Amino acid sequence: MLILDLFKMALRSLISHKLRTFLTALGIIIGVASVISMISIGEGARQQTLSTISKFGTNIITIKPGQKKSRHVSTGKVDTLMLEDANVIEKNVPLITGVAAQVYRSAQLKYGNKNTNTTVRGTGKSYARLANFEMKNGRYFNQPEINAAKRVCVLGATVVKNLFEEAEPLGQTIKVDGKNFMVIGTTEPKGALSWFDPDDQIFIPVTTAQKRVFGMDHIQSIDVQAANIEDLEIIKEDIAQLLRLRHNIAEGKENDFYVQNSSQWLNSWGDAAKTFTYLLGGIAAISLMVGGIGIMNIMLVSVTERTREIGIRKAIGAKKKEILEQFLIESVLISFLGGGIGILLGVSISKMVSKIGGWDTIVSTQSILLAFGFSVGIGIFFGFYPANKAANMNPIEALRYE
Amino acid sequence: MIEAKNLSKTYDTGVLSVTALEQASFQIGKGEFVAIMGPSGSGKSTLMNLLGCLDLPSSGSYFLEDVDIGQLKPNQLAEVRNRRIGFVFQSFNLLPRATALENIELPLLYGRVPNSTEIAMNALDRVGLKHRAKHKPTELSGGEKQRVAIARALVNQPAIILADEPTGNLDSATGEEIMSLFHKLNEEKVTLILVTHEEEIAQQAKRIIKMKDGKIVQDQLLGVASC
Repeated sequence: MLILDLFKMALRSLISHKLRTFLTALGIIIGVASVISMISIGEGARQQTLSTISKFGTNIITIKPGQKKSRHVSTGKVDTLMLEDANVIEKNVPLITGVAAQVYRSAQLKYGNKNTNTTVRGTGKSYARLANFEMKNGRYFNQPEINAAKRVCVLGATVVKNLFEEAEPLGQTIKVDGKNFMVIGTTEPKGALSWFDPDDQIFIPVTTAQKRVFGMDHIQSIDVQAANIEDLEIIKEDIAQLLRLRHNIAEGKENDFYVQNSSQWLNSWGDAAKTFTYLLGGIAAISLMVGGIGIMNIMLVSVTERTREIGIRKAIGAKKKEILEQFLIESVLISFLGGGIGILLGVSISKMVSKIGGWDTIVSTQSILLAFGFSVGIGIFFGFYPANKAANMNPIEALRYE
Repeated sequence: MIEAKNLSKTYDTGVLSVTALEQASFQIGKGEFVAIMGPSGSGKSTLMNLLGCLDLPSSGSYFLEDVDIGQLKPNQLAEVRNRRIGFVFQSFNLLPRATALENIELPLLYGRVPNSTEIAMNALDRVGLKHRAKHKPTELSGGEKQRVAIARALVNQPAIILADEPTGNLDSATGEEIMSLFHKLNEEKVTLILVTHEEEIAQQAKRIIKMKDGKIVQDQLLGVASC
């Protein structure tokens, strides 16, 4: 018999028991819908966390001099990091996309009759990118300007407001601790956090800061940007090894620097969210499994009910395979139907959750394919035993069945 | 056409074995009309299951159109049932959800015969029920159901038609109708094997094989089938 005819027969049998078919499919509908909506909620939570994290720059590793003894306090010598360390890291450590050495100190700014006190940050050319500063006007300083220790500066939005109000700062000269600097750019405002205003600072070339403003040889920190968050640990390891070598630290001695990424705890939050997704998905998968058992149950009833039909079919020449296929197609059709409705339901649920509950939900194609594939797989898996039972019936006994 | 040699069937129930058929040997030629008779428990159903390739003998051999049925695999048996044998049952055994035409078409579908609807329609016409093609079995009378079943048995142009008490569930007038349909088919050279316990029905065949306690006790040719 052609597969098309088997399909027609399976369809007819399902249609003739509409309510039963629907109730059987309901198990799969609920299972698929819950898998899709639960994963979308979990995934939404995870993505939201990650996007919050990446605003801070999750893939940034910070190297500071001294030893980290307690929270945020470094002890020991603070002049162990040199600008050359940053250059060597940039040249030799793989999987990174940027390195920015920094020195910073607060200083007095003056423009015309206006004064303000702010943080002056001496940086490399990649800093704006690493710290997620967008240029509003003008440009950031470049390598030649750094090499020549030019007196140029880029202003944060708060500084612009304090010094220039409505006036155009670009091309103007301001005084930093009494020294003239030309304004070559301004940054887009990032928005202040409650304890810290990232826009209340100005950026100058790191060399200029060292030689002309602060008068120091060392640098205070190096930011390193990783290409992938996954590689953070490897990169940290590489940096530590490289710096130990450069600083001639004997085996067993403590580092004279420390490497950290501030987003570590946020990362573990992301992992927790992932676990949360798995947990939700797992619970939902169990309901899908229960739906599959429902299919098996009904198919067993159906096979017993139709024993005589199976006997007739066998008597007129149906092969074992054809009986098997007929019943298997029925259970797969049920799970297909359930899977299809379940997807629609699951997507609407997650839309509703994000609309009414205000949660971020992300319905991924992956989760849809997963749930659908799983449900069809369940149809085959749980349909096989009943179908096999039907296919193996003895035609004589089946014909005698009342 | 049919050759049975020392056909035996023993059912093993675990504790004891029951011999349902013992050493049955006979031949049936093309176009014959044979009645297999006997009381219940005489082994006629067992013999019919063997002849219908629904079951395999415990010993002995059965040749249908020179094919040794005992050597066939389950799928080949299914094919023989599909192409070479037509079944007519006492309780009709039509699929309740399919129309008369679809019921007749079913063997053709399993046999992957092209133009199945057309062929099935012709078979339905042959039993005089063309106008009932779209009716479901529940909408047909007992006689009509049995005629649809006969059309289904005929549709693949089988070597033999096996009818197991075909008139058992019908009143005598309808039973007569069915019997005259069998006569008509036999005149068209269809080989018929009828299993019955009714003497009256058996007498309408051209040959009677009588059975008792699993053995053939009489194999008798009737001169002229009397109606």
